[in-house]
Formats: sequence, structure tokens, C-alpha cells
Amino acid sequence: MTTTTEPGSDLPLQKQERVVIRFAGDSGDGMQITGNQFTSTSAAVGNDLATLPDFPAEIRAPAGTRPGVSGFQLCFSSIDIHTPGDNPDVLVAMNPAALAVNIGDLKTGGVVIANTGNFTEKDLKKARVEVNPLEDDSLEGYRVIKVDINKRVAEALDGSSLSTKEVQRCKNFYTLGLMYWLYSRPLEPTEEWLRKKFAKRAELAEANITAMRAGFAAGDIHEMFQGRFEVPAAELTAGTYRKIMGNQALALGLISGAELAGLKAFLGSYPITPASSILETMASFKRHGVVTFQAEDEIAAICAAIGASFTGSLGMTTTSGPGIALKSEAMGLGVCVELPLVIVNVQRGGPSTGLPTKTEQADLLQAVFGRNGEAPIPVLAVASPSDGFDCAIEACRIAVEYMTPVILLSDGYIANGAEPWRLPDVDALPSFEARFEAPRGEGAAKYMPYSRGQRDERPWAVPGTEGAEHRVGGLEKEHLSGEISYDAENHEFMVLKRQEKVMGIRASIPTPTVRGPQGGDLLILGWGSTYGTIIDAADRCARAGTQVSTLHMRHLWPLPDGLDELFGRFKAILIPEINLGQLARILRGEYPHHNFISFPKVQGRPFLSTEIVEKVSDILER
Amino acid sequence: MADTTTLTKKDFKSDQEVRWCPGCGDYAILNAVQSVCARLGIARKDTVFVSGIGCSSRFPYYMSTYGFHTIHGRAPAIATGIKTANPDLSVWIATGDGDGLSIGGNHLAHILRRNLDVTILLFNNQVYGLTKGQYSPTSPTGQRTKTSPMGSIDRPFNPIGFALGCNATFVARTYDTNIKHMERTFEAAARHKGASFVEIYQNCVIFNDGCFDDVVDKGVRDDRLLDLVPGEPMVYGAGRDKGIKVEGFETIVSGAEDASVWDAAAASSAPAFTMSMMDENPGHPNPIGVFRAVSAPTYEEVSASQVAEAIEADGAGTIRDLVYAGETWEVA
Repeated sequence: MTTTTEPGSDLPLQKQERVVIRFAGDSGDGMQITGNQFTSTSAAVGNDLATLPDFPAEIRAPAGTRPGVSGFQLCFSSIDIHTPGDNPDVLVAMNPAALAVNIGDLKTGGVVIANTGNFTEKDLKKARVEVNPLEDDSLEGYRVIKVDINKRVAEALDGSSLSTKEVQRCKNFYTLGLMYWLYSRPLEPTEEWLRKKFAKRAELAEANITAMRAGFAAGDIHEMFQGRFEVPAAELTAGTYRKIMGNQALALGLISGAELAGLKAFLGSYPITPASSILETMASFKRHGVVTFQAEDEIAAICAAIGASFTGSLGMTTTSGPGIALKSEAMGLGVCVELPLVIVNVQRGGPSTGLPTKTEQADLLQAVFGRNGEAPIPVLAVASPSDGFDCAIEACRIAVEYMTPVILLSDGYIANGAEPWRLPDVDALPSFEARFEAPRGEGAAKYMPYSRGQRDERPWAVPGTEGAEHRVGGLEKEHLSGEISYDAENHEFMVLKRQEKVMGIRASIPTPTVRGPQGGDLLILGWGSTYGTIIDAADRCARAGTQVSTLHMRHLWPLPDGLDELFGRFKAILIPEINLGQLARILRGEYPHHNFISFPKVQGRPFLSTEIVEKVSDILER
Repeated sequence: MADTTTLTKKDFKSDQEVRWCPGCGDYAILNAVQSVCARLGIARKDTVFVSGIGCSSRFPYYMSTYGFHTIHGRAPAIATGIKTANPDLSVWIATGDGDGLSIGGNHLAHILRRNLDVTILLFNNQVYGLTKGQYSPTSPTGQRTKTSPMGSIDRPFNPIGFALGCNATFVARTYDTNIKHMERTFEAAARHKGASFVEIYQNCVIFNDGCFDDVVDKGVRDDRLLDLVPGEPMVYGAGRDKGIKVEGFETIVSGAEDASVWDAAAASSAPAFTMSMMDENPGHPNPIGVFRAVSAPTYEEVSASQVAEAIEADGAGTIRDLVYAGETWEVA
């Protein structure tokens, strides 16, 4: 690793294995950009990393207030990590509101870097802070570094052609420079990024670069710190890597999934937090033949996707909680017409509008059961940002091979989180080419839209195919012919057939593997974004001398084969979920003889590893 | 797309037993559409009928083409996916006053403003038929139905005004007892490139019998209906002696000789709006025919051309391009 632009530092360089930084400021302070830049640079120097952005639902809540605080936490390390860390080692607080909102999470003995320029009487009042915390003893136990960033930035950019307001908007890059110095990071990647971003306004790029360099130099000059730190590159598995965010991975996976099926990707979507960036990303990949349709509402979005699948594209739709509620009826139509369809739900806090920018896993039961009638739909869930790629491809596979809608669950934590992604061998990706019915000449056997193939899937004949003209719809269909049927026996046959088809997906999915001892006192079972935290917690337990096993479930409906035997090897199965125990409820129903312990947390935030570690010791001590 | 073998009306009849009530206006509409399909010469395999829910929405089952009987109100949304994903298909939507203007009003508005090249037939019988007789969004105020025993208190939609308000590029009206007029209107709608909206006055023999008799009954219709024919003077009456003269935003009932020539291609939709509300003036006829026919780019064409343009500019993408992109680094 090289650090450049170094003004002859003679401070000692200490090695650290893993560091957690939280940048916090006003939502207009550019904390997300700062955090993302620190992340990209850390990725470029070979650290393992995980991030957790935390921003308000309001685009710009009143400046300086607590609801307006935007945060970005990242953990970077020289060891394998799975979470953005429980408690930050360093908190960068750009104003009193950011300090007040975040100080409770800081590790004891942690470092606070406070921008004193924004701790005036007025700022304190806006943050509803009565006494300046930098001047009383409320921060005892922390190392507090006070920097007047407002002033320093103004000095650094003295004589610049920018307005005072524009100069002050470079504050975040001064801060970033300071943090780059502290953790011995190179400035070049961000300089390059700035020059690209402000290609049309070079003076803005240069001002931000100047501010960042000033921040970097200040580390030495102002002797704020007793030393600098180094976090060496992590020992990652060999390969080519890139930094990836959850929604981005989903978009790439959906496009790849369609291509692997030999189909055009058609995404019908309506903007909704935190799913919108999937639509944005896919709209930018038109050269991959992707068609995106920004619909008038959630219902039109899924309906257009169903229409596209009817014509032989792979229809997809992306949304979050309230949007899924609106799509329910159309999902039932998808079940009835048995066309491939991928429905992505990036879960957020609910019910109703709930907590749009916060994470939750509370849509599982809705995904599995939430439709009128017997309407089975396979459900799978993403474990981490990069896992979105594989899961999206898997969802496309199931949709195409089984001619069915598929629900893919992600959540806000994964959507906006980032991690290094070891890029897959493209040639080794699964292949599942879709098959269309061939045209039929006169005298050929009649096309039977509801006849069945090997997997109970129905044959797909698309408009434009001679001799296969047929009608589909939401009324019950007669087995084989697909004509409307009100026949009692036929209805039951079709209900069972649809169920059998979806349950048959089991034949194509693996039994998940247990990490750690294959049997024993306790298995921690997770699904979705609790993956990293559970692994982290199990590793902490192991370091403390307690071996606990973990199991992660990607396929949630149908449940994979082999679970009953697997569960039987453990005395208890702990299920941490960011809901009131939805998977636990499903498993208790399916496997009533095992000891499932539900561990719910519904705060709009991921679990902390320590919370799971404590729960584990509680259980084992009992 | 055009089939070289000659198609007949019979080719478009499906083997399904038609299950509308005896005497329903829908039979005549179905007949007219089948004739027009034959005349258009587009193969059955390239034609798709899409519908929502309601009596009119059974339509696709009676056509021997591809068909999709969807969910209540959502036919325009499904048709949007069909047409955008495969612009080569000839796409029709059959909907009603409840399906299209109540539960599906939003989707109808948006397919019209986006100008998808589809043909929309709105069967207006001013009542909910399939649910057995409740008032609809086109029922006149005061209409007594099962859910409005003292008369409907809703103000009705004027479907033509709705379509014009959505900036639809083709807007027309016809009625179920005039096969010739229906065929002429449907054919013009189908040949129009862009979203075509046709309101059909359709009689419901069971729940709203005779709802349009005051204008379409054989005894009165010559004097009560004005057929808007683009480029022709607005003349009507049994003796073709009456006319409509337009002055600004006013219409005046005049003699045939003073009738204004109807321009459906005016850039502004204001004249069409004026016509759509004409019958609210005492002594004025009820307008049918083509209110608006203007040209505009279609949604699916522009969508496809953006994809083609991106491929032209940067080459067709592969999974490798997609994955091995952005800033990558190697770990040995």
C-alpha cells in the first residue's frame, strides 16, 4: 500500500486489524459520498469491508436538526468480516445533532472528531442540545478531537473563485482527507473520482481536491492525533474483485438471469425507497437489451411485467413493502396464468409507509402466504450485497424452469450496503434456456396451454407463433385445454397441481450446509441479511471457547429437503429475525418436533453481533 | 405482419360459446371487430386481445387470436407490457365503463398519454352488468340502481373528454346498433398509429335497457346524432339539412349550408373538447365519429429505438461486460 502526498510524517504507524468508522452529519453535508469514497479507497487497497448507510426518509429535513442527521458506517479490515460492525471506533460528527444521535453507539474509549465550526449557540439550539457537549464532561471516556472544519476549509480555499456557500460544501472532503491521513489511505482514487464527477466544472473538482489535501496535511501539521493507523490488506480468496452494493448486484443478476435464459429482460417498476436504484441501474444497461418501464403505479408495474412475459420476455418487477401489498392481486394472476415472473421485494420497516429508509424482514409471511386463494409462490432471500447477483439468477432459473412467479426478498440493509465481490467465472454460471412452443402447421395436434412438462410446468407459446393461438386469464382453467372451467373436481385438481409444481422445486435446490459442528446444543439459523451478523456472532463465540453451529437459508419456500434430519441433530435452534418470528412460525408449522427459539428484534436496524452472542450464552447457560 | 392469404370474419371466431345475455349489444360489437380484423389482414397469430373484468372483458375468449383476460382495470397495464416487449403485435383492449374508467381509470389515462399503438374499445352501458346492476362512473346523476335507490349522486365521466384530457391521439365514438359505423370507426382506430380510444354506446338489456335510446333509436337518431367525419362539413338530420357551425368555443345549430368543416387533426384538442360537450347545449345533437386523429411518436417505438441506439453506440452487452466493470482489483 502506498500513501502519497505525505508531508514527512514522523508519527508512529500502528497496525489495526479492523476499524469501524461512522460519518455523521446533516443530510446536506455529503456524508454518504464521504462514506462511499472511504469505502472505495479501502476496497482498492485490498481491505475486506462492509457498510451501513443510515439516512433520513426526508430528502432535506431542516438543517442541523436531529431528524436531518445522515450517517454512514463502514468496517474495513485485514481479516474476513461479515458486518459493518456493532459499535464504531471513530465517530465523525459534523454538528451537535449528529453527535447527539450517534454518541450512544460509540465504543467506550472511541474517538470523536467534532467540527467545532458547527457547535455555535444556534447549532446547539437546532439540535435541542442545552449545553455544548464539547465543553462539559459529557464526553468523558472518549477521545475528542476538535477541529473547526468550516474555518479550515475557508482557509484552504482562500482566494478561490467559488462562493462562500460552495466553499463550505467542500467540508466533507476536508474531513475525508483527515480520515485518509489517520488511516494511511491514498488520495488518488478519490481525486480521480472527483475529476470525473465534475468533468464539466473543473473548479469544483479542484476545490474539493484542495480541501481533501488540506485535511490530509492537517493530520500532521496540527498534531491532533498521537499516531496514525494502518489496516493492511485482507487475505481474501484469490480472484478479481469489485465493490458492490446490494441493489446493484440484484440489477446485474436480473439482467444476467434473463440472458442465461435466452430471454429479453423486461423490468416494470415504480420508484420506491429502498428499491428504486434497481430500476435506475437497469435503465442504464440498455445495451444489454434490457427494457425498463417506469409505470404509473405498483400495479401497472407488475402487470406490464406479466404482459411482457406473455410475449416471451422475462418479466420482472422491483419494489418494497407497501408496493408488494399493491401487487398481490397481480401475483395471483401470475400464479393462474403460470408465466415466469421475478418479483423483488427490498423489505423496509412496516406496516404501511412504516420506516422507508430502515431495514426489516417482516414481509416473509406475506411473501409465502399473502394472496387470496391457494396461490403458492416460491420465495428466496438475499444474504448479503454480493449474494444478490447469485440469488437473482436463481430466481430467474426457478421462474423460467417452472413457469411461475418467484419472490426474491432483500432488505434495506443489503440494498444500500456494500462489500467486496469476488467476481464469478462467467462461463460457469448456470444455464437454463427457456423453450417456446414451435409453430404448428395445419393438421398438427392442438396446442394445450395447460398440459404439463417434466417439472409440471406448462408449455410456453408466445404471440406470433402460428397454430398456438390461445387465451389465458385469471379465471380457473381446465386442465390441459386451458378453457374456463367452473368444474368442482377440476378446480381441486388445479389447486393441487399448482401446489405440487411449486413444492416440486425442492428437487432442484440443495439442503443448506451447517457451518461449524454438525450437531450439538445449538444451531443459529438465519435467512436474509442476518447472515453476516450470525457468522460474526458464531466466530466471537468460538473465540470465547464456545462452538456454535450456524445455518443460512436462501430458499424459504418451498423449504429444502433434509431439514428435519438436520434439525434433529441439535438440541435447540435459535432464529434471530428482524420481525416477530416469522420464519420460526413457518418452521414450527412444518417441523413441529424441534425446539425453535425465536429471537425477534424490530427496530429498523440490523442485529448487533453482541446481541446474538449474549442470547447464545443465555441459552447455553440455562 | 400482413398475411397474404385472405382472411375472413369467420377466421376470427373462436370455438367458444358466446355467453352474453341474448340481445346484448356486445354481440354486434364482436361481429364488427371480427369483420374489421379480417379486413386489416393481420394474422391471428400476430393479434392479441387483452381485457380486464366485466361483461365486455369476456371478449378475448370469443376471438381466435391470442388473448389475455386479466384482472379488474389492469388491461391497459398488461397491454403496455405486451406491446412494449413485442411492438410487432397488433394489440386490442376490450374494456367497459367500470373496468376502464373506475377501477382502471389510472391505467387508461397513462396508456393514452404514453401513446402505445393499441386500439381500446370502451363498451359504455352506464351500469355495472356482471355484478348485477350497480351505478357506474358514466351513469347519469340521479340514475336509480341497486346501490343508488334514491338516485346516483355522482357526476358522470364523459369518456371522450377523459381521453382528450389524456392527450390521446385518436378519439372516437360509435354505437352498437350501427354495424357500418362501428366497422368504419374500428378500422380507422386500428389503422391509427398510436393509442386509439373508441367509446361505444352499448345497450345492456338486463340492467340498463334503452339507456341510449334517446339518441340511437332508429326513429330519432338521424336528428339526434352528428357524425364527425374528418374533412367533411358537420351536417346531420333526416334530410341532411341541419348543420353545426363553430364560432370560437361555441357551437351553433345552423342550416347545412353554414356547417363548419370538421378538423380532427388540429394540433389543439380544444375543438374536440368543444364537440365532446356539445350535447349539453339544448337543441344540439349528440356527437359520434372521430373527435381527434393526430400523429405522435409511439411509446414502444421510442423504447425500442433507445435500446437499439445504446447497442449501436457501445455494442451489445454480455454478462462478462456487466460483471467485470467499474473499478476491479486482483487478489493473488
